Amino acid sequence: MAVISTDTLPVITEADIVTVRRCVRESAAKLGFSLVDQTKVVTAASELARNTLIHGRGGQMELAALNGPRAGIRLVFEDKGPGIPDIDLALRDGFTTGSGLGLGLGGAKRLVNEFEVRSRVGEGTKVTAIRWK
Amino acid sequence: MEKIPILRMGEFLLVTIQVDMHDRLAMTLQDDLTNRISHTGAKGVLIDISSLEIVDSFIGRMLGNIAAMSRVLDAQTVVVGMQPAVAITLVELGMSLEGVRTALNVEAGMELLRNTVNSQEEIRYGSHFD
Amino acid sequence: MATTLNHRASNLGSIISQHRDAILTGWMRDMTGSTRRSDLMKDAELQAQCSHFLGLLAQATSETTNTQSSAYDPLRDMLTEASRTRATQGFSARETATFIFSIKQPLFTAIRETLGKDSSTMADEMWSTTEIIDALGLYTAEAYIKAREQTIRRQQEEMLELSTPVVKLWEGILALPLIGTLDSARTQIVMESLLEAIVQMNSKVAIIDITGVPTVDTVVAQHLLKTVTAARLMGADCIISGVRPQIAQTIVHLGINLLDITTKATLSDAFSVALQRSGFKFIRSQKKESAE
Repeated sequence: MAVISTDTLPVITEADIVTVRRCVRESAAKLGFSLVDQTKVVTAASELARNTLIHGRGGQMELAALNGPRAGIRLVFEDKGPGIPDIDLALRDGFTTGSGLGLGLGGAKRLVNEFEVRSRVGEGTKVTAIRWK
Repeated sequence: MEKIPILRMGEFLLVTIQVDMHDRLAMTLQDDLTNRISHTGAKGVLIDISSLEIVDSFIGRMLGNIAAMSRVLDAQTVVVGMQPAVAITLVELGMSLEGVRTALNVEAGMELLRNTVNSQEEIRYGSHFD
Repeated sequence: MATTLNHRASNLGSIISQHRDAILTGWMRDMTGSTRRSDLMKDAELQAQCSHFLGLLAQATSETTNTQSSAYDPLRDMLTEASRTRATQGFSARETATFIFSIKQPLFTAIRETLGKDSSTMADEMWSTTEIIDALGLYTAEAYIKAREQTIRRQQEEMLELSTPVVKLWEGILALPLIGTLDSARTQIVMESLLEAIVQMNSKVAIIDITGVPTVDTVVAQHLLKTVTAARLMGADCIISGVRPQIAQTIVHLGINLLDITTKATLSDAFSVALQRSGFKFIRSQKKESAE
């Protein structure tokens, strides 16, 4: 599996979330993802970016186009925020209760093929998500 | 700052969302709509999302909030034109948009609003004609 | 594992230029027999390809013997294209790779003629040539395989699409008769076809008929549920028909909650309900018997 290209975008303001959506969309379209798959990965990116912004207090996203037996997109969201104390709990749906405090991680996870969360309380969080074509 | 225009069509309000909204714009829309419903006494709100290619949990919640707040103000909300890819993604996300009524397009949405409003009025005023 | 030579410009470039015609003739001749496949590719076309390849090879090798370098990009592009066309034309992987490997002999002949007097340089040159051609031959084989995989994937998708026809039963009423086993990939496509059809045909009601589906397990049921939920979000309602008694049992047994989805035993029952919901009523007209 080879990385064809990478882009790093800041996730510091609300406008950045829109930029994230646009860039992930462009990348997925260029790789020839189906419309549904494009929508899924862009939506996942939106969820994770908002997370990074609101819970992580701002960070960045690294967007990589992958080439292997299949093409893919890898998103890595990193922040130096408060971290997630209980990752398993966070992955269980928080937002469907409508409280609006959910982390959206569980939802994003379902929209991609590979998903990994690394977090340390007081140090930060790193979320890696990959969607294959 | 840009705002999403809210049109008045008789006793209904029509909102067409055509841009990829950032969060603040979505919140502004929520506020604007609630104010307009209150000021105009509108009985129904039609939200056209046929141009929206992405509906994430934030927008989904916004739609749910609008429906709930409208109901408190005695108005019905109908969301129309959701794209298939968006619907599939929302289901995968786990969002069911409880309390939000939907229709295929503006025409169907209008019909739904009219029927709902009429039947409500029947319930309200029907006893007049005993 | 170190290479025996430092990467540098090789003599191969000038050797090719000097002996071009001889190499080309030798190459074409060596490709007779089982790898030639003149039934798939005419001589003129093959000659053009070989000539093109030689030109690019001369260019690249005059810069460096390092096949990883970008000097070899034009060669790689050409090989990708050549492999792709061969894959479509029906060449086998071996035939495609042999196309490249069979250039070695004529190249060696040319090298021997040029450098024959200096056996050590000649040996070096032959070795670096071998490495280069081997790398290019492998690349060709890989490109061929990738092209074949792409074709197979495309054909699979097309087959899946064909097997999920959506039928318009009436104004605003669709039917999707499912036949055969539903696996994950197939159900995705089915879901997408149905939802697209709902938009295009402006249908408020979609009947999903599962008469032809042998078993309904949790996975299938979940997919059906997702389809129905998505259709609802779009403003359409689904009715599931063709629910046999066994399937009804399985559904209850597995504790699958079909929520408030209407289910009917037959497609015609479902159609009847769909018509009602859409506000249609059918009246049979009374025809007078002819007096004659």
